[in-house]
Amino acid sequence: METVYLLIPLVCLAAAVLVGLAGQWLGRRAAHSITIGAVAMAFVLSVVVAVEVAGGQRFDGSVYIWAVSDGIQFEIGFLIDQLSAVMMVVVTFVSLMVHVYTIGYMHDDPGYTRFFSYISLFTFAMLMLVMSNNFLQLFFGWEAVGLLSYLLIGFWFERESANFASLKAFLVNRVGDLGFLLGIAAILYVFGSLDYAAVFASAPQHATETMTGILGSQWRWLTIICLLLFVGAMGKSAQVPLHVWLPDSMEGPTPISALIHAATMVTAGIFMVARMSPLFELSQTALSVVLIIGAVTTISMALIALVQNDIKRVVAYSTLSQLGYMTVALGASAYSIAIFHLATHAFFKALLFLAAGSVIIALHHEQDMRRMGALWKRMPVTYLTALIGTLALVGIPPFAGFFSKDAIIEAVALSHTPGAKFAYVVVVAGVFVTALYSFRLIFMVFHGPSRLSEDNRKHARESPWVVTVPLILLAIPSVLAGLVLVGPTLSGHLFGESVMPIDGHGINGYGATDMLVHAWVSLPLWLAIAGIAVAWILYLRSPHAASRIANRFRLLHEILIRKYGVDELYERVFADGGQALGRTLWKFGDRLIIDDTLVNGTAKLVGRLSGVVRSLQTGYVYHYAFAMIIGLVALMSWFLWT
Amino acid sequence: MSFLQFAFYFFAMILIGAAARVVTVRNPVKAALYLVLAFFSAACIWITLEAEFLAIVLVLVYVGAVMVLFLFVVMMLDIDVARLREGFARYLPVGAVVAAVMVIELGVVLTSGRFDLESMPRPSGHGQDYSNTREVGLLLYTDYVYAFELAAVLLLVAIVAAIVLTLRRRPTTLYQSPARQVRVTKAERLRVVQMPSESRNKENQGDPS
Amino acid sequence: MIPLSHYLVLGAILFSIGVVGIFLNRKNLVVLLMAIELLLLAANMNFIAFSHYLGDLAGQVFVFFILTVAAAESAIGLAILIVVFRSRRTINVQDLDRLQG
Repeated sequence: METVYLLIPLVCLAAAVLVGLAGQWLGRRAAHSITIGAVAMAFVLSVVVAVEVAGGQRFDGSVYIWAVSDGIQFEIGFLIDQLSAVMMVVVTFVSLMVHVYTIGYMHDDPGYTRFFSYISLFTFAMLMLVMSNNFLQLFFGWEAVGLLSYLLIGFWFERESANFASLKAFLVNRVGDLGFLLGIAAILYVFGSLDYAAVFASAPQHATETMTGILGSQWRWLTIICLLLFVGAMGKSAQVPLHVWLPDSMEGPTPISALIHAATMVTAGIFMVARMSPLFELSQTALSVVLIIGAVTTISMALIALVQNDIKRVVAYSTLSQLGYMTVALGASAYSIAIFHLATHAFFKALLFLAAGSVIIALHHEQDMRRMGALWKRMPVTYLTALIGTLALVGIPPFAGFFSKDAIIEAVALSHTPGAKFAYVVVVAGVFVTALYSFRLIFMVFHGPSRLSEDNRKHARESPWVVTVPLILLAIPSVLAGLVLVGPTLSGHLFGESVMPIDGHGINGYGATDMLVHAWVSLPLWLAIAGIAVAWILYLRSPHAASRIANRFRLLHEILIRKYGVDELYERVFADGGQALGRTLWKFGDRLIIDDTLVNGTAKLVGRLSGVVRSLQTGYVYHYAFAMIIGLVALMSWFLWT
Repeated sequence: MSFLQFAFYFFAMILIGAAARVVTVRNPVKAALYLVLAFFSAACIWITLEAEFLAIVLVLVYVGAVMVLFLFVVMMLDIDVARLREGFARYLPVGAVVAAVMVIELGVVLTSGRFDLESMPRPSGHGQDYSNTREVGLLLYTDYVYAFELAAVLLLVAIVAAIVLTLRRRPTTLYQSPARQVRVTKAERLRVVQMPSESRNKENQGDPS
Repeated sequence: MIPLSHYLVLGAILFSIGVVGIFLNRKNLVVLLMAIELLLLAANMNFIAFSHYLGDLAGQVFVFFILTVAAAESAIGLAILIVVFRSRRTINVQDLDRLQG
């Protein structure tokens, strides 16, 4: 099996390198055939691995040792258990769908082969991340997906906004990565190992170790480690306050938004925290922080989604909000449920993005929802799949999102982590807001009066099969994944001991049927339905109601439009502050101290001293002779009197 | 007072007086001549120290060659004597102070009793059959033979250097080059010219046909 | 008998006269060279005196070499002096300030 494990990422890497280097020579057809073939192979092998894992097989071992330094091994290794198997299947499946979809979406793009090379390389990096059995390889995959994200957001590098967005994503991620790296360093310092198994095994022994901070305060090492690791997760999974890069990353091509910024890369943070569950379980403080951050992200981002008009941005803010849900689940120690939601979300959010992309193609890269409407007749397949995705997102039974989201809400309700009460209110309210913005999108795009431009009115029609087939294929798990997986997840069979079990939450024994029955008497479902109804009233029945409400609550509306001013704040504080600091350093540090005082000052001092010394050089030989003689006399006197 | 003592003090007086005149006299020619006198007196004192060879060498080489060279140069150059004396006294205080310090210091050393007759008695002197030249020669050609050869090379270099420094070619001067005269070849002197033979018949020459 | 110190005092006086000569004469390069000859003579005087009083001929050999070097030095010094005079038309020491930067 080791060969198979090795083959899964490497086949993607090989395809990426081949297409990346010889893309022009191979041509478009060969380029997409090679990469799709490679990713399809990776997917099939991942399924095989998943079946094996379900059959009880585990693997934890190193494949190659990079270096040994002071007894610490830096190695490439694989940890194949339920968690990584689930992630591998999700990643390769969504990646495969996106590959196929890209044939249609990027049809006319000059960077066609480059794009395929990038997404295959991304698949490789993501697989390395999820299959890793040590922190170093995790960090490698982490940085590699970050790099690919940067490259792909800035894929249309002629666009200025794309370049800025890619830079923004990279810089914000750096903040998180610094925390992550510090966390890994702290792990190395405390545990003396980078291997998951070794660290987790010795974690309970180190649980009470403390370090002395400023003013003699005592800090538990594990809390510090977990918080630092979570800072990394906040960057990668776009949690408040490091969320600002994700909406802007929509500058990239839509397949990228689906693959990287909805389904896989942004969930790396969730995956990582779930992977580190044995550490997080030992720190109540860290869990509480995770819970609160996730809750704040959930509600604040969902509210912004209400006022966005760009179809991709609505889906992007929805992604942020859903990532918040996953984080809340992590904070409530319901790791397996977080991963469950991660998987279902990967399917339906990729579906939504690709459906949005399908609409965008049909309307010739029109992204403003105010110029759409009544598209359901023209694009039936896209409409139906988007509706399925939306129902899954909103959490209508029996679609996938219902099970995962309901499980999260139940887990939060039963959680004893400090802040769980607040989080519970937030996630329940989030259901309503989610339904509202989701159906706002559906109604504005597919229903109501047509607001298309003249040109689009004539040409808009259903997308080609390479676009619709991935939509259909993604719609299937969006419907079924929850139904199939909820039982094993909640009973603990699906993830087994790969994440910490959720003891004492009381929802362990639930199955799909129980939840379906229970849903009709619980608050969230009715809230979701209420949200849909309100959306119907506001955006279909009386279209002016929305703007009236916006005018009524102008301040609130303005705050949401401005996205709470976080971007402006960062611009003021970090960009302007950085510039001001730089200018100060330039004026005082560089010009005054270094240039004027040190460099020119030295030169001037030398010049002045030389002016004094140069009068010694008279050019008269006899002066030099005098100097010699006087020196001789002085030397003689010295000898005589000492 | 023995003759030796008399000779020493006598020549020492002359030496000091001459040396003082060398640095104070106005005319460089006179200075050179006083220097000759100083060297001569020094040679006499050296004889009292049984360094006959060096005394002779000093007279022959220095007085005979070097000082003549000095005189030659001084006389050859057209030097304005009056102008050369300007500013004589300006550095006199400095010079006097330095000299005084040196004399005092040397005096302190020399009168410390380390060099008087008690601690370092004068050797009785060699017999009549002693040859200072022979002894110096023996030492020079055995122990110091490499240094001696080096000194010879040094002198050669000095000769060459002095000539090279002062040599100048005037473009107007005509001179022979014996080396080139000897090296000359036939081709440089003789030019063989090929030309058609002349016809004996003078009439045919002018005829165009 | 004459003690060694008298010879040494004589050498010291000669040396001082040479130094004073260098100080006093900044007009004539030739006299400067002569003063240097006096300094060397003083050194030679000491060498020979010590050689005699210590009964070691090495001192005389040393004087021999000093004479050699001094002869070479004055030959080259005079040659340089002639070259200087040719190019500058003077041997006034105060006029020779080309070394100044």
